[in-house]
Amino acid sequence: MRAAAARVQAIRALLAEVADPEIPVLSIVDLGVVRHVRFESDGRLHVGITPTYSGCPATEVIRVAVRAALDAGGHVDAVLEEVLSPPWSSQWLTSAAHAKLRAFGIAPPEEPVSSPRRLWHAPLVTCPRCASRATERVSEFGSTPCKAHYRCSACQEPFDYFKCL
Amino acid sequence: MSARAHAPSERDPAQQAAHFRHVLRLADTSLVLGQRLGEWVGHAPALEEDLGLANLALDLIGQARLLLTYAGELEGRGRDEDALAFLRDAPEFVNLTLAEQPNGDFGHTIVRQWLIDAWQLEIYQGLLGSADSRLGAIAAKALKETRYHHRFSSGWLIRLGDGTRESHDRVQAALDCLWRFSAELFCADEVDERMQAAAIAPALAELAPRWSARIDEDLAAATLTRPAAQPYPWHGRRGVHTEHLGHMLAEMQHLQRTYPGVRW
Repeated sequence: MRAAAARVQAIRALLAEVADPEIPVLSIVDLGVVRHVRFESDGRLHVGITPTYSGCPATEVIRVAVRAALDAGGHVDAVLEEVLSPPWSSQWLTSAAHAKLRAFGIAPPEEPVSSPRRLWHAPLVTCPRCASRATERVSEFGSTPCKAHYRCSACQEPFDYFKCL
Repeated sequence: MSARAHAPSERDPAQQAAHFRHVLRLADTSLVLGQRLGEWVGHAPALEEDLGLANLALDLIGQARLLLTYAGELEGRGRDEDALAFLRDAPEFVNLTLAEQPNGDFGHTIVRQWLIDAWQLEIYQGLLGSADSRLGAIAAKALKETRYHHRFSSGWLIRLGDGTRESHDRVQAALDCLWRFSAELFCADEVDERMQAAAIAPALAELAPRWSARIDEDLAAATLTRPAAQPYPWHGRRGVHTEHLGHMLAEMQHLQRTYPGVRW
């Protein structure tokens, strides 16, 4: 059992090296895209990954990158599975991911979305450059499905905000 | 890649055919609407709205891919998402007639989007408890995205309706024009009845009042007038389309029709 757990740990570490193609400072583990890594009764390694947004083009690239990482790690017979339920949430971003996003100039998601009503209100976002809360939303849609376009009234800089979903 | 959740096995061919058709209808509405929104790329009134419409299109096409892939598996004839999207002709498409209507002006596109967003909110919400766990999972994912689609479209509906006289009149005209396709949204046929009986899909008749209440709430905020009911339901979901779908498909399917089997 202990040996199996150690092997799973090693594979998780392998996957933590796979960068998100759109936000390369984040790994797919930081993003919460990797849903499970386990050896099943068929004796094979099963890796489950989930798309962030249904149409995110990065999903395709991530799938290929995970396959390549598993192959390179000697897990050529690993089964790659798509997991849809529960649907991906920005709450799955790790705290390390929040810090990496901020350092990269992207404001991390601010508050958990707990109800559909919540979605009606634009959240209060902190500027990743100067930490001011005096920011405003330019557009709910940005350069990728997961980001909104903001600007800071204090330092005058535009920035991306990683949306809550 | 294999999917983990599977539909309940169906021995009855009529039930299997209805299940395939039900999933295909949801897929086609998302695909056709996504393609229509894609026509706006580079043409929207402002860069932010261009990105907004493209984002919605991307989500809708992503949802369509999940649904088409599943529909192909239910059908069991080896058709994948690409075969279903690019190698069917208009009478084999079973989308809502409303989804295929041309873009018109920005207000026209917003009204079409808003009517369908409000419809998808109810449909996906109703599918959350589906006996078909795979369809329920796709619906749960799509619902999260549909919520902000509706926020976008209803937000613009209100700004245009309660905006200038010109914007009000144009968006009211769009509503008057498109309203005739709304009778199809909750018009159940034998496919819907079979799905409801198998607890795969919710009863459309129960969803209609909730859709209607949401529509009235948004219209009131937008100072727009709800047109009179139009009894003719249209039949896009049965493969009978307006002339517009064929033209849209001619463009969407051009590459696969010209070079069958071509790959990137």
